[in-house]
Amino acid sequence: MTGAARPLSASEVAGTADLAAGAPLKWWLRDSVEMVKRNLRHVRRTPELLLDVTIQPVMFVLLFRYVFGGAIPIQGTTYVNYLMAGIFVQTIVFAAMGTGILLATDLAKGMIDRFRSLPMSQSAVITGRTFTDLLRGMLAIALMALVGLLVGFQPAGSPIGWVAATALLLLFGFAVSWVGVAAGALVRTPEAVQGLMFVAVFPLTFASSAFVPTSTMPSWLRFFAEHQPMTLVINGVRGFILGRPDSGAVIGSAAWSIGLVAVFFPLALVLYRRRTSR
Amino acid sequence: MPARYHAEMTDQVMVSARGLQKRFGETHALRGIDLEVPRGSILAMLGPNGAGKTTAVRILTTLLRADAGKATVAGYDVRTQPAEVRRRIGLTGQNAAVDELLTGRENLEMIGRLYHLPARLARQRAARLLERFDLVEAADRIAKTYSGGMRRRLDLGASLVAEPPILFLDEPTTGLDPRSRLGMWDLIAELVAGGTTLLLTTQYLEEADRLAHEIIVIDHGLVIARGTANELKGLIGGERLEVTVADGDDLAVAEQVLARIGNGRPTVESRLRRVSVAVDVRPGMLASTVRALDDAGLNVDDFSLHRPTLDDVFLSLTGRGQADEEEAA
Ligand SMILES: Nc1ncnc2c1ncn2[C@@H]1O[C@H](COP(=O)(O)OP(=O)(O)OP(=O)(O)O)[C@@H](O)[C@H]1O
Ligand SMILES: [Mg+2]
Repeated sequence: MTGAARPLSASEVAGTADLAAGAPLKWWLRDSVEMVKRNLRHVRRTPELLLDVTIQPVMFVLLFRYVFGGAIPIQGTTYVNYLMAGIFVQTIVFAAMGTGILLATDLAKGMIDRFRSLPMSQSAVITGRTFTDLLRGMLAIALMALVGLLVGFQPAGSPIGWVAATALLLLFGFAVSWVGVAAGALVRTPEAVQGLMFVAVFPLTFASSAFVPTSTMPSWLRFFAEHQPMTLVINGVRGFILGRPDSGAVIGSAAWSIGLVAVFFPLALVLYRRRTSR
Repeated sequence: MPARYHAEMTDQVMVSARGLQKRFGETHALRGIDLEVPRGSILAMLGPNGAGKTTAVRILTTLLRADAGKATVAGYDVRTQPAEVRRRIGLTGQNAAVDELLTGRENLEMIGRLYHLPARLARQRAARLLERFDLVEAADRIAKTYSGGMRRRLDLGASLVAEPPILFLDEPTTGLDPRSRLGMWDLIAELVAGGTTLLLTTQYLEEADRLAHEIIVIDHGLVIARGTANELKGLIGGERLEVTVADGDDLAVAEQVLARIGNGRPTVESRLRRVSVAVDVRPGMLASTVRALDDAGLNVDDFSLHRPTLDDVFLSLTGRGQADEEEAA
């Protein structure tokens, strides 16, 4: 046996002539869509995957609207009007946390190995994941808006304001889902990702303007609450849907989102590669 | 350049590895593996648990990076040109890699599209493979509801969707019932007749014997023998004489008797109360052996002469016989 290391061209190899490389961007997009389709099938077959973006936030709406809300005075509007922006942001963050948990679930099974042996765009596995969770988040926001209307929410924003609010939410959700990917690739088990994300998200949600105005907090906590990203996004969204845009919060939250993507997108890819090429 | 001309025309090497090494912490999974698989042939990789077979397959299929050595598939370097390699290979790993929440059909169609086949072709191929692997009835059920063997067959189907010219199958028939296994063997023979190049690992020596053009035996991350099935059988001598004693305590005596008659050290399998040794058959040999056993006062249960199987090769090469011997002593 003498070895000839001459590469075979695609057309020389039976059955693969049709695999000739197209524009990488086109394949990345097509592969990502394929992965989104797969993930949506998972959601359809295990509806409990939607609990975190349906029942859970609905419980928060009811809890704060009817249990705590009466005791929390809000200047200039009703408590339920104040509450909804917080619920929206919390929901999109929960959806993005799901990214990390579901990615870790995938990594714990053999399917990722199969994907890695295919001539597909390798990052599509992750982008397919983050895109799916944006869809989940959007669905959840629509549902929350509906639930809000049922319990007395009276939106005042213009249609353009709503579009802008949605854009802010999606941008932030996209950014957080890259944090989720990084966590999913770093930690060994889905349960650990859930624990890690909860520890990070819980204080950010409560030490924010989601459920109560920050003005009632002690000064040290208030300083933290007013500068952390969730408050900025909440204030930005709240301004738009109540018809009194808060440009400072909008700029601040957009900056945070872009910053998070800038840091966590490359970091997540590196961690994912390292994790999968062990 | 006659040599190059020759190489291109006939023996194109589709998979090649030189000095592959891989460590996992303290474990030396591969200590320098060399192999070559010419186009349209089957190489079987044989070895006990933990020998490094899966590690070698994972390196060759770009899933894992070697610490040292070089490997090419279809002429492309697995380290520097993984995308080119992936376009030309199909892999069925040791553990089923099917999506449990998708149906069998959805699994195959998705894999086809991720190989960038046109959607219609992916659908056709999926349908054909479901038929081929006897999964038509289960095609539209989610794979979670499949039995182990059905999952395995689906997994094998997935590696064939794109009809890749080079296939890597890590223990393809483990967990299959005899009928499915025979079907798989037929399919493999068909694929190779059609020009596919195949590297498979197996625990079933019969499988290697029947299918492989060449066999490499690996143990502790090293190739300890290579050749055709017949060449390997020749390694441990031609015929083997086997003696089973009635009383396990007689094994040592039987071993001494056979050592005088045969070539090389006899192999002792204490659990089976069996001693065997390679012999050259010559007139009167059997009769004198029986007499010698009798003189030694041994009560013999069974006495036979047979051509070696790959099992014998495997046991003698990987030192299982040796370990057994120590255990008996
Ligand atoms: N990811 C890993 N981390 C640590 N050790 C590993 C890893 N993968 C394999 N090993 C070790 O490398 C050695 C070779 O393993 P490998 O899976 O290649 O064996 P194998 O020949 O496929 O065995 P089997 O017949 O059981 O499938 C074993 O000692 C195993 O424990
Ligand atoms: Mg193995």
